[in-house]
Amino acid sequence: MEEVSSIMKDLFSFLIFPGFIFTAAIGLVASWIDRKVTARVQWRVGPPWYQPLADLVKLSIKEITIPKNASKAVFLSAPLFGLSAAVLAATFIWQANIQAGSSGFTGDTVVVLYLLTLPAIALMLGSSASGNPLASLGVSREIKLMLAYELPFIISITVPIIKSSGLLRVTDLIAFQAMNGVFVSNVSGILAIIVAIFCMQAKLGLVPFDMAEAETEIMGGIYIEYSGILLAVLKLTKTIMMVALPVFLTSIFWGGFSAWKYVILLVVIILMRNTNPRVRIDQAIRFFWYRMTSLAIIAVLLAMLGF
Amino acid sequence: MADKIIPIGPYHPLQEEPEFFRLHVDGEKVVDIDIEIGYNHRAIEKISESKSYDQVTFLVERICGICSTSHPFAYTNAIDDLLGIEVPERALYIRTIIGELERIHSHLLWLGLAGHFLGYNTVWMWAWRYREPVLDIFERISGNRNHYAMFKPGGARRDLDEADFPWIKKTLKSLIPKFDMFKGAVIDDPVIRARTEGVGVLTKQDVYDYACVGPTARASGFVMDVRKDDPYAAYDKVEWKVITQQGGDVFAKAVVRILELYESVNIILQCLDKIPKGPIDINIKDMPAGEGIGRHEAPRGEVFHYIMSDGGNSPARHKVRAPSFVNIASNKKAVIGETISDATIILAAVDPCYCCTERMAVVDHKTGKKVFDGQDLVRLSQEKTEKLRRKYNR
Repeated sequence: MEEVSSIMKDLFSFLIFPGFIFTAAIGLVASWIDRKVTARVQWRVGPPWYQPLADLVKLSIKEITIPKNASKAVFLSAPLFGLSAAVLAATFIWQANIQAGSSGFTGDTVVVLYLLTLPAIALMLGSSASGNPLASLGVSREIKLMLAYELPFIISITVPIIKSSGLLRVTDLIAFQAMNGVFVSNVSGILAIIVAIFCMQAKLGLVPFDMAEAETEIMGGIYIEYSGILLAVLKLTKTIMMVALPVFLTSIFWGGFSAWKYVILLVVIILMRNTNPRVRIDQAIRFFWYRMTSLAIIAVLLAMLGF
Repeated sequence: MADKIIPIGPYHPLQEEPEFFRLHVDGEKVVDIDIEIGYNHRAIEKISESKSYDQVTFLVERICGICSTSHPFAYTNAIDDLLGIEVPERALYIRTIIGELERIHSHLLWLGLAGHFLGYNTVWMWAWRYREPVLDIFERISGNRNHYAMFKPGGARRDLDEADFPWIKKTLKSLIPKFDMFKGAVIDDPVIRARTEGVGVLTKQDVYDYACVGPTARASGFVMDVRKDDPYAAYDKVEWKVITQQGGDVFAKAVVRILELYESVNIILQCLDKIPKGPIDINIKDMPAGEGIGRHEAPRGEVFHYIMSDGGNSPARHKVRAPSFVNIASNKKAVIGETISDATIILAAVDPCYCCTERMAVVDHKTGKKVFDGQDLVRLSQEKTEKLRRKYNR
């Protein structure tokens, strides 16, 4: 009996609160804020608040076209695979914030890092299964981009772990910061979060790192063959990542989630995407490997020296 | 491996007109490019032969929506050349003012599109926002925002109202700080420079080989501008300079266009000060037989119109050559060796205008083979010229 209720509890937290429904709702509001602010910056009016939801509903009642040459099973299942990974990551991160000190398991930071890379991998799989040359070009860009940003991202995440002398649970890191002050009050923490913010932008696939999508070059690239509810699922995954990633960063660098910290990170994302052109993939790789990785390594060294 | 093809067109979010660039790629690198235009042939030259000289002014205005004044400008120059008449000075100033206003709005339009192609949508929206005041000026002057219908063989169709001049001057002067902002945003932005500097370089020799015109040529260090080289309208009555850059890359082309915005404002302000009073039109009664050519430096380069008259009511032959026709071909040089990401902005950097440039192609719809190739079309064109020459004893 107890086992059943614990499974029900886990299902509830995965599907409703703080998992799928809750994160998706926040994500939709965030993506509305993104679109509205972008519109205002560009002297446009912008959409009404329910527009992201309306888009999803509209997409989900549209027909799905499966390309003739596609490998069907992978093409159809990849978006769901990515969505569930993103929701699971979001659930872990939220629970660490809600039930401080008593949720998760040792090493869940590593699991979250792993889960956060899965949506991109799922998208690559599904997109390359479509057999479209533009999609394959988008996939090759996404793979290169991923190889570029994962290295500095993971190095920057080690900074809080070093500072807290080896805590690997997200909730422990939050508790540690509550006792000893947030990591961003140190030089190493500031450097690490700057690196992590750039990597977050690339993980979200937003300008200046949207070359895998690049509408004016390769017509949507990795998304090109997706339509109907599958496209809706991909958009929803991106929306959920737009909540999961900033909340993850606030949790491990900035003493846990709060609305204003989330809004600040969101504003940084929006401003970055509105004040830059898209960079070329080779420029992005150079940026992440040379500049960001060195910055992350400096942050790690400073953290080891106690700054 | 090298024969993977990435299509840009015939319908593609990059450009709003039907065009087809077949990029042969090796990974991200473009190894060859096929350029196909001619999806929307409208037979303007043939229609022109069935319209009266006055109606043709409106017809050629519709060749292009963006440089809608360039074609009437070149056409009326051709008619004036054919007649050998002196156009009233006030009309010359009016033509110059309209021509330069158009250059401002066309360059701003390009700047916005270039931003969009680079994924920088803020530049796109801002450039188009500051294009609006220019369109407002057009609306005040002519009642229209895009097809102004201000030109007429032998003069101008409408007069400018002196009462509007202070407002026009004020609006234009208010644009200068906005141009400064764009200049800063392009020249000082490290990411834009990284994306455009050294990209799609056309050397001076390439420009010479492909006979490029306009900003495309001036960005490679060619001092070439019909307004200076063969002055017409009021361009020799005002002070201005030809903008050139040495780079030949996308960045240099952007800088040339931005700096030309200042020159255009400068020209218009001088014209508004100097414009004399008087008639705006000599009423042309009849057309003698003969031929005339007219040129105009459109925002994209030199527009060329040739008119042959047999003394009748319509042109016996009307030939149009738009600047994009030569500029688009230069992509063959500029794109090869660059990446796909850069190819899109290089294709856009010549400010292509396909509707001006459409040529006819005859394709067998069953086999997809072209019935006429380029050589055949040249041969047909020569035969037609011979026929005309015999008919009119030239």
